[in-house]
Amino acid sequence: MRRVRAFFGGIHPSENKQSTSSTPIQSLPAPATLVVPLLQHVGREAKPLVAKGDEVLKGQLLAEADGKISAPVHSPVSGKVTAIEPRTSASGRSVTSIVIENDGQDNWVEREAHPDPVQLDAKTIVERIQAAGIVGMGGAGFPTAVKLTPPQGVSIDYLIINGCECEPYLTADHRLMVEYAEEIVLGAKLLAKACGARKIIIGVEDNKPDAIASLKEQAGAVDVVALPTRYPQGGEKQLIQALTGREVPSKGLPFQAGCVVQNVGTAYAVTKALRDGEPLISRVVTVTGSVIAEPQNFFVPIGTPFQDLIEAAGGFSQTPGKVVAGGPMMGGAQFDLEAPVTKVTSGVLAFGVDESKTPNPMPCIKCARCVDVCPANLMPLKLEAYGMNEQWDNAEEYGALDCIECGCCTYICPSKRPLLHYIRFAKAEIIESQRRSS
Amino acid sequence: MNTTIVSLVSMGSLAALFALGLAMAGRIFAVETDPKIDAIEEVLPGVNCGGCGFAGCRAFAEAVASGEAPTNGCPVGGATVAQMVAAVLGVDAVAPVRKVAQVLCQGGNAEAKQKGTYDGPVDCRIAHATQGGDKACSYGCLGYGSCVKACAFDAMYMNENGLPVVIEENCTACGKCVEACPRDIIILVPEDQGVHIRCRSLDTGRKVRQVCSVGCIACQRCVKVCPTGAIYMEDNLARINYDKCTNCRECVAVCPMKTIDWQDGKPLVLEKAAVS
Repeated sequence: MRRVRAFFGGIHPSENKQSTSSTPIQSLPAPATLVVPLLQHVGREAKPLVAKGDEVLKGQLLAEADGKISAPVHSPVSGKVTAIEPRTSASGRSVTSIVIENDGQDNWVEREAHPDPVQLDAKTIVERIQAAGIVGMGGAGFPTAVKLTPPQGVSIDYLIINGCECEPYLTADHRLMVEYAEEIVLGAKLLAKACGARKIIIGVEDNKPDAIASLKEQAGAVDVVALPTRYPQGGEKQLIQALTGREVPSKGLPFQAGCVVQNVGTAYAVTKALRDGEPLISRVVTVTGSVIAEPQNFFVPIGTPFQDLIEAAGGFSQTPGKVVAGGPMMGGAQFDLEAPVTKVTSGVLAFGVDESKTPNPMPCIKCARCVDVCPANLMPLKLEAYGMNEQWDNAEEYGALDCIECGCCTYICPSKRPLLHYIRFAKAEIIESQRRSS
Repeated sequence: MNTTIVSLVSMGSLAALFALGLAMAGRIFAVETDPKIDAIEEVLPGVNCGGCGFAGCRAFAEAVASGEAPTNGCPVGGATVAQMVAAVLGVDAVAPVRKVAQVLCQGGNAEAKQKGTYDGPVDCRIAHATQGGDKACSYGCLGYGSCVKACAFDAMYMNENGLPVVIEENCTACGKCVEACPRDIIILVPEDQGVHIRCRSLDTGRKVRQVCSVGCIACQRCVKVCPTGAIYMEDNLARINYDKCTNCRECVAVCPMKTIDWQDGKPLVLEKAAVS
């Protein structure tokens, strides 16, 4: 039995997962028009290969990766490209997107399936993962192939599959683990082979016993570990600490602790890409929240507008006050429901007007509860003050760049201060000034 | 008696020794400074605003003394300071072109549509980073006054329509507001220019009309009417080349959206037409 170490800090917000955690994932038919953004990942925007008026097949390459840190984009349906233009994205900014009119035929492009992908060598696996446009599906969207190729001379000891899903409300990963454990375990093996990891650990929070049972049934030599339910257990650095006892150095990356962390959704996508030859063109999205009539999990083609998702979940039962893409802790509020589902959209949540009100902040009373909960061992109250007073040097000295933006500080603050807003501000300014001086 | 003499002599000789040491250190470790630098620094405003592009007045003085910066490089001091700096260096004074800040957005609360409510911290840069703020136009002024907060010369205020206004008499063109604006709406323009295209939206005309009543819809009328070819169209936005503009106001008259704005009191500049 593996000894699980607790990471420092963290909180336990009410989980609110019950409304979607026991219903199977439904497949959502593709809508008539899809908007596929060219930037769904961290890095450079993909370069379009199609033009307005082109006929495309399902799974066809629409845009290729531009440079090393980028990912290609594929067509989620067969149909016709009607426009390539800036469209609203979930980030609130306009992103160049390919608009596709669905012909309803679902004509697939030729797929290169492989009955036993474990036979493939590491290099081929990495290449196919990159070609399938797979990015970190837990929310960060870092191209998976880049994570799998650590710098020369670094050996990877552990491949960690992240099944924590510590954000409240979300159950997309949970249902995927219950229903597709076989694919996840196979994906984990492929990922481990690709990065040369000696050992595979799947970490799951202990509030999902059915997922743990289902994974253990398939696991074989793969270690499935139950972790205490505590936000942000699914944070990369926190998960590494809990499972291996190792710490990722300040401003460092997981490979420096000999680990590669991948989300369960990513593992599933890897299996689909290598075994069935299907690029990443759909994902599981949890549609829930107090004002959603019939909360559910859907397999959604990428490019489906949030509006269609909400309608498929029975629409709004009351006037919504706020719609959030992603989890309630880290997700971004949406102004426009025309924004499409991307590779990193894990959930669409809608909350009532009263729930969405931002409380008036009171002065900081220096109670240091934010310090107690900060999983990155920072002093959020100091960082907030430095951000507010634009003292970027001090913010950097106090480790602003190590903030993982989990929002525990803002959640726990008895004065209801928007701590994370100012820390993010400080981070952005520090990165900007570093960019300017280099 | 004896004790007094001993202590006086010992302390006295120690003092003499240290004085000698200090005097020698002063000679050996002396840093040669150009007296001109101090003289220049003396005549500069001393607010260390950084508007000249150097890290404060001292750095600017050093740069001027070594010939890296022009004598009229201090935007805050203007012609007076340029003259004094030139006098220190013994060169002819070149009066700087006085610039002022111009806000290139007229989409206040009355003109521009909101796409939702933003209730985070009151700061344009934070609002911009949070889903791009609450204005439906993703290029326009957010109205949270980061530029006004950044202004050290009381040369800006927010009007009741939620837009910043520049008090041109107070503006020193230090560029702090330009830096503070996350949407690059504020630019520094020569003082004598009265015609400004007050829009930064790169959206298509149709989209602009949906979100703002005073935005540039890229209709090209100003481009066609301009007698000196000062206006050109790029990425769905009319842009003005101030070097060619003569303040003739033809474009102001034809602009259907009233995006092109004329400020009273600016004279017609005829020489420019001859130059181009």
